[in-house]
Amino acid sequence: MHEEIIIAGFGGQGVLFAGQLLAYAGMNEGRHVTWIPSYGPEMRGGTANCTTIISDEEIGAPVVRRPSTAIVLNPPSMDKYAPLVKPHGLLIVDSSLIAQQSGRTDIREIAIPAKDIAAEAGLAKAANVVAIGALIAATGIVQFETVVELLTLKFGQRSQEILAANKRALRLGADYVLKLPA
Amino acid sequence: MNRELWEGNQAIAEAAVRGGLEAYFGYPITPQTELLEYLSKRMPELGRAFVQAESELAAINMVYGAATAGARTMTSSSSPGVSLMQEGLSYIAGSEVPCVIVDMMRGGPGLGNISPGQADYNQLVRGGGHGDYHSLVLAPSTIQEAVTLTYNAFDLAEKYRGIVVIAADGNIGQMMEPVVMPPMRQIGHADRGWELSGAAGRPRRIISSIGLDPEVMERINARLQARYREIEANEVRFAERQTEDADLLVVAFGSAARIAQTAIREARARGIRVGLFRPITLWPFPYQRLAELAQRIPRLLVVEMNAGQMLNDVRLAVGPQAVVSFYGRTGGQVPMPEEILAQIGGMAPTPSTNGARAIALL
Amino acid sequence: MLAETMTVVYERPETLLPVVSHYCPGCSHGIIHRLVAEVIDELGVREQTIGVASVGCSVFSYNYLDYDFAQAPHGRAPAMATGIKRYRPNHVVFTYQGDGDLASIGAAEIIHAAARGENITVIFVNNAVFGMTGGQMAPTTLPHMKTTSSPQGRDVATMGFPIRVSEMLATLDGPAYIVRRAVSDPATINRTKKAIRTAFQAQLHGLGFSMVEILAACPINWDMQPEDALQHIKNAMIPYYPLGDYKVIDAVKALA
Repeated sequence: MHEEIIIAGFGGQGVLFAGQLLAYAGMNEGRHVTWIPSYGPEMRGGTANCTTIISDEEIGAPVVRRPSTAIVLNPPSMDKYAPLVKPHGLLIVDSSLIAQQSGRTDIREIAIPAKDIAAEAGLAKAANVVAIGALIAATGIVQFETVVELLTLKFGQRSQEILAANKRALRLGADYVLKLPA
Repeated sequence: MNRELWEGNQAIAEAAVRGGLEAYFGYPITPQTELLEYLSKRMPELGRAFVQAESELAAINMVYGAATAGARTMTSSSSPGVSLMQEGLSYIAGSEVPCVIVDMMRGGPGLGNISPGQADYNQLVRGGGHGDYHSLVLAPSTIQEAVTLTYNAFDLAEKYRGIVVIAADGNIGQMMEPVVMPPMRQIGHADRGWELSGAAGRPRRIISSIGLDPEVMERINARLQARYREIEANEVRFAERQTEDADLLVVAFGSAARIAQTAIREARARGIRVGLFRPITLWPFPYQRLAELAQRIPRLLVVEMNAGQMLNDVRLAVGPQAVVSFYGRTGGQVPMPEEILAQIGGMAPTPSTNGARAIALL
Repeated sequence: MLAETMTVVYERPETLLPVVSHYCPGCSHGIIHRLVAEVIDELGVREQTIGVASVGCSVFSYNYLDYDFAQAPHGRAPAMATGIKRYRPNHVVFTYQGDGDLASIGAAEIIHAAARGENITVIFVNNAVFGMTGGQMAPTTLPHMKTTSSPQGRDVATMGFPIRVSEMLATLDGPAYIVRRAVSDPATINRTKKAIRTAFQAQLHGLGFSMVEILAACPINWDMQPEDALQHIKNAMIPYYPLGDYKVIDAVKALA
């Protein structure tokens, strides 16, 4: 197994956190992982992206031109990354914010209203977590429970309410994908 | 052993703390600022010295001061900041006091940008400041390696009474990887015989790099050079991958090496026998081992994130018989595995049908 | 019998080494070195003192003062002293700097050491000229003063104005003690010694940054006889650089 996931969106949408969540989950499941952000001024208010690699083998390059999966949370990221996903790869699109489709027929494309689902879960900011739920359901890249444990570690001390909303967001994201026609 | 996910900058900072760092002085510059930020909290927590200096110039001279006083001391910066430190580094080398410098290299020259680069190679391995001196330059390619090298860097600096540089780049500084952190070392040490601690019950000590009499100054230089020969004899480090059956040898360091490793894996999958030679000490450079390898593998591809700086050392090592190609990206551009693969394809010999087909596929 | 009635009225301070001076005839460094040595002896802190020499004529101050010493790059003595003091906070750390070193190339380092309230003592010798390199214009060179790099006299229109360092640093909140003194006659020398003593005492009490600026003579580079040079301090230097206490926090006043 060797998966390269690019997560991209506006600064503040939690794309870096989502990528770290995956990296932690991969590490806790005993795999090799790397996480690398785009860094610096371009992050301030502009687009942000990060690359998480989860692999059974030692990881060389932490950066990829063509990821096996892209999660895009805003239109500029859609424009940039939809064409780059590897053939037979996966593109997860937050359809709450992105109206268009990639037009690609050689990849799997999941349009999920992540922001709306996050609001339904009680935390509009958690679209990133919804997307991770969707990714897990679509690929099984990490275990759902591993991510729940990490969310508990991250939010459990701070606020039970925020933790519960994040868990719901993860669950609803996964459920949305599981209910899609195969 | 507990694996934890660490960002490179913070991991190096924690490794330095555990290695016995007693006094840190730094100045913010991307892409190493997280290192400074981390230590601004961690050092006072442990009752150790931390100062955010007014400039890199001041930071390196605070390091110089703390080093003369016997501290395990360190600063960190990125390329333009390290340029500014060259004055202090020359004085530190001339005064023979130990310290550790972390350089998270970025794109240059000039202000350049904050993206990863390796164009400080010459500045770091050739001395950098005025005078004949060398720093021991260590180039990690993973965060675990950065942690291990940093943890042990103080011992090396003290052993040779000189400068140890951790030469990494924005990739290593900014990325996260699993790390097993080494245990916390006790700090404190017996008098080293040269440090400034107040002349109590002993003659006073003077630490200076001045030698107005050329005869005296030449003797100091001879002592430094003898020590550099000793370092060359003892401290050369490198890593080799799949060189046993290789027809082509990629030579790269730091994050360029790990990117090349991905290209090599792909090349091997296509039947091209490629190996990797990765200098870990950029100075002292592993000339001898590379020369031995080049006897057997006379085709080399040097990959760097600069316009060809280590390339000169590779050429010195292998001599004129070997064919040496170079692929470099500059200005903060990171070479992608596909690009390196294309270079490998262009160089690979075509003895077997497998190999020939592989090249056609590229 | 005669010998028994004799008392010592003047001797070399214990920590001033019995070596031949390399300073020029009439140079003030010798007097100032002696004052530092007297104060360190009187305070009894020789064994915990670390000096930082700067670049300039006083680069060799460690040849005369019997303490552990480091020698800093040009202008960087306050940064080095910071590194030493932060690692050895219980030691007495001082820099000895000229005006070219402190006010020109080392302007940033002295300002920030002062602003941090770094608990070090700075002996700042201001003779309005770069001495070691042969008398070039310094940031402290007086208007119209001739030097080897302002042969027609310092023209402030093109060469700018002198910097009054003590006044400038006294605007900062960090320093505990900043005064200007001179060494132009016995009375001013005595007052300078008292100030040096107060500065070191401030450090010993952990009160923060202390600096004594000392107007000093450089007869050779001023092209004057030593006595005329001392008069020049009174007639030309002091009017531009008034003697006085520019910053003395209450805790330092309480030491007196």
